[in-house]
Amino acid sequence: MTSKVKILYFASLREAVGCAGEELELPAGIATLGALRSHLAARGEGWQALAAGRNVRAALNQKMAAADAALDGGDEVAFFPPVTGG
Amino acid sequence: MVQARAQGAAEVSVQQEDFDVGAEIARLGEGRRDVGAVASFVGLVRDANDGSGVRAMTLEHYPGMTERALEEIVEQAKARWSLHAVRVIHRHGRLEPADRIVFVGVASAHRGEAFAACEFIMDYLKTQAPFWKCEETPQGARWVDARESDDSAAARWETVPAQAGQGEDWDDIERRR
Repeated sequence: MTSKVKILYFASLREAVGCAGEELELPAGIATLGALRSHLAARGEGWQALAAGRNVRAALNQKMAAADAALDGGDEVAFFPPVTGG
Repeated sequence: MVQARAQGAAEVSVQQEDFDVGAEIARLGEGRRDVGAVASFVGLVRDANDGSGVRAMTLEHYPGMTERALEEIVEQAKARWSLHAVRVIHRHGRLEPADRIVFVGVASAHRGEAFAACEFIMDYLKTQAPFWKCEETPQGARWVDARESDDSAAARWETVPAQAGQGEDWDDIERRR
């Protein structure tokens, strides 16, 4: 059993945080997408692009997901700005 | 879907290469005698956006999720309308003005369903498919902001009853006249 999650960042958010992705051992008490987002935003500097109030969308295991989505070890999480395809 | 697979044709493609619009449209009605309408949409790169020139744009996407999101949108369209064939192609990478970005084609018995499904797929793609545009302008590179009008375009389908256009197809209404 792993409690690691894979996190991906895209577009302007990827540029703000300075990396395209990482593997992270879920810290104690971080059980939802919203909690993970706050945890990451607290890293400071570019990570504030993830702070509350910033227009950030998220996906859990490659599906659009809301802040209350529950996290499990092995999950793939992604944070990104609103999409602009088409 | 079964039909498309039987013909060996993919419904969704995410690719760097350009596509042949005529060939894609022709393929939608190929080998069938029950298609009465094929509607299509092609999105192109414009040379200007938000008051500034655009030399080129780079489309980033989320490999894996992109394909799944587009397939999900196609499934939703098929649940709402009676469709014979659907094709969605979206390019990524660096594109220049006049380059094609996206193709949506829908084949159905009647035009009402084909038009509606084509627009539905584009509206949902705009808000649900994980693509991001970065434009090269004379002022430098900039990420395109999502438009609120795209959200409202997608949201209006939530008030359209599923299967609209199926029982009361415009062609059927005309036929009764």
